[in-house]
Amino acid sequence: MIHTRNLPFVTTLGIFVIAYALCVLQFPNMLSTRVIGNLLTDNAFLGIAAVGMTFVILSGGIDLSIGSVIAFTSVFVAVLVGSLGIHPLVAFAAVLVVSTLFGSLMGAMIRYLGIPPFVVTLAGMFLARGAAYLISTESVPISHQMIDTIQGFYFRFPGGGRLTALALLMLLVFIVGAFIAGRTRFGANVYAIGGSQQSAELMGVPVGSTTVGIYALSGFLSGLAGIAYTLYTSSGYSLATVGVELDAIAAVVIGGTLLTGGVGLVAGTFIGILIQGLIQTYIVFDGTLSSWWTKIVIGILLFVFIVLQRGIIWYSNRRLAESRLKEI
Amino acid sequence: MSDTNSLLEARGIGKAFLGITALEGVDFTLERGEIHALLGENGAGKSTLIKILTGVYSRDHGTMRLDGAEVTPSSVAEAQGLGIGTVYQEVNLLENLTVAENLFLGRQPRRFGLIDRREMRRRSKALLERYGLDIDVDALLSSYSVAIRQLVAIARAVDLSGKVLVLDEPTASLDGHEVEMLFTVLRRLREEGLGIIIITHFLNQVYAVADRVTVLRNGRLVGTRKLAELPRLELISMMLGRELQHITREHQAQEETIASTAEAPIRFSGYGKRGSVAPFDLDIRPGEVVGVAGLLGSGRTETAFLLFGIDRADSGTATVDNQQVALSSPEAAIASGFGFCPEERKTDGIIGDFSVADNIALAVQARQGWAKPISSREKAALAENFIKSLDIRPADPNRQMKFLSGGNQQKAILARWLATEPRLLILDEPTRGIDIGAHAEILKMIEKLCAEGMSLVVISSELEELTAIAHRVIVLSDRKHIAELKGDRVTADNIMQAIAAPAHTEAA
Repeated sequence: MIHTRNLPFVTTLGIFVIAYALCVLQFPNMLSTRVIGNLLTDNAFLGIAAVGMTFVILSGGIDLSIGSVIAFTSVFVAVLVGSLGIHPLVAFAAVLVVSTLFGSLMGAMIRYLGIPPFVVTLAGMFLARGAAYLISTESVPISHQMIDTIQGFYFRFPGGGRLTALALLMLLVFIVGAFIAGRTRFGANVYAIGGSQQSAELMGVPVGSTTVGIYALSGFLSGLAGIAYTLYTSSGYSLATVGVELDAIAAVVIGGTLLTGGVGLVAGTFIGILIQGLIQTYIVFDGTLSSWWTKIVIGILLFVFIVLQRGIIWYSNRRLAESRLKEI
Repeated sequence: MSDTNSLLEARGIGKAFLGITALEGVDFTLERGEIHALLGENGAGKSTLIKILTGVYSRDHGTMRLDGAEVTPSSVAEAQGLGIGTVYQEVNLLENLTVAENLFLGRQPRRFGLIDRREMRRRSKALLERYGLDIDVDALLSSYSVAIRQLVAIARAVDLSGKVLVLDEPTASLDGHEVEMLFTVLRRLREEGLGIIIITHFLNQVYAVADRVTVLRNGRLVGTRKLAELPRLELISMMLGRELQHITREHQAQEETIASTAEAPIRFSGYGKRGSVAPFDLDIRPGEVVGVAGLLGSGRTETAFLLFGIDRADSGTATVDNQQVALSSPEAAIASGFGFCPEERKTDGIIGDFSVADNIALAVQARQGWAKPISSREKAALAENFIKSLDIRPADPNRQMKFLSGGNQQKAILARWLATEPRLLILDEPTRGIDIGAHAEILKMIEKLCAEGMSLVVISSELEELTAIAHRVIVLSDRKHIAELKGDRVTADNIMQAIAAPAHTEAA
């Protein structure tokens, strides 16, 4: 039997399988490994950022700074490597430290100053975007032997598809993320805080350090997503990735995570990313549709999922009331 | 009772919030292997004491010893570590997690740094078996009944702490069978030497399960007694702070005249709601003060909610002037000429950021509909009139409500309803938390209002107050109207006897 807790995830999975089957019926070529490989590579940076967002939303929060942090990271890396000639690995390390500290700072403000996450991360969004402009307002190209090597690296699937380094990185992030969420005390504490911060506190969960940890993780993954984005576009641009945080939220919610926190799976977010990628791919295959159809379909799916979540809550409440009535 | 047997010993505990004393000089001793009930009305200081013992609040005065060693827990986690575990009534465990996750949150068994789910499941099963629970520990906690969640919470608290178990209203939402199941577990834990503190307002349960009882009243210790040697009536008099004695009533004459007037214009018959208050009959005549007495949780406030349409009755009828009315909402009740001053003034009554004048004008505005706003001149006149007649201080209609003292806030709420010229005003604990001067003024005002022909229903846990002002007193117990006392039978003694012996005191 499917526990009600996993119902949103199972629904998402079902929708993805059906949607993919329909796409394949219309365009048999979509079944190829080439398409799947491209889909993973094209959405790698979004997927990495969405894992961080999953933790944030599981804890009942939100992080609006993700898109800006990605832009900041890409410009920062591009300038360090492209203009100043610093080794990419040093630049990567530096930018990950900065983005992680940035996330921790936001987490600390949320926890210790009691400011709602929405407000803190909105401020963080402006701050990171502003800092990106400050570094450079133009697109900064980047070229380095090591970056070329990373970009050129891939595993070949049977059928001609390529599993690139970026796709591998995203898959790795998802796997590690799933382990952290499901198998560590930190992960259990995230779910606990999302269920009820007050209860979690009364049960002895270290709410403070966990909250800081959640936003630090989201900051770190935004930085990593920024690096992935830089590798993907071979440049850094401060105007890039506007609104990516909203795509990440959409992927998380479509993946079955409750926006109110406490319920959801990292694996669900992966499916959410796949669904978004699938819609884009379909539009490319169709050739006549405007790319805005991606947004329209995502919008419809979000509505469906929020209604579905309400329905599940309503249904489980009613079942609970019924079982209590029976006991009386 | 030798000293060596005491497990948790608190001496001279005191606590004040913003200068208001919540606890003063309270001594409390919990022994090994005893179930100790902590009783008191709302505001007696029970929860403050518990929160100090469990590390939620820090104490201002006094000492606390656990196993003879002085302790000062500064957080729940620290108290847990010392051996003091708590199970709260509502805020309890996490419904979005499984039973096993709840039991082992923060102390999950690990292998190679990762949570070992199989081991966690095995240990959860073993733990719950000791409590006679054989349930799927991988199912969400929210899929189980309140009783089972309660037992899971107890299992966690005992496993975590192991010396002292504090239960805050554990039986409030359990049925008889579940309560018995819980008590069996508690008795077994007592055998194992645990000290258990239980807060409840069900006296039957106190006598059924507890060994000793400590009663608090107005933040002070009334006494600690062995239940086997404490008659029920005496316990109630400890809680209500009333010595058993006979007092004579003053306004009998007036009572006669009211009784002799004809038909009551406001009648409730067979009025009730399942799970809230059993059906009751109530007639209210003009100029009459009907008191409602009962212990905390007896259905006092629920009765008020029914009368004012906050809760919808599922049986019986309400008639005003021989016309049946449907009190389906407070709005409908206001239209029938009812008014209600709630018990939780701060949360349900006032709008703190509004001015005194706005707060007073609120109910009048509601009655005439939002389409027709009251002019500021009318509002000012209204405010000035009531500030003068009720002596609200400071006499500044533009002062924000939250800056007034409790007594003056209460007067402003009264003014709000008086401005609508109600025929029936329901007051829930009108004198709670206000100083003595304002207390006397409010009682005087109540008498004046009923002399003018208004009917009042006054709910109060202060028996002196009720016997001083009420012409009739309805006594509640276990959510039933069990007795109605009239005329010279309205005495504190009779009220307490009615509460103590529900079955025998059907008043004539």
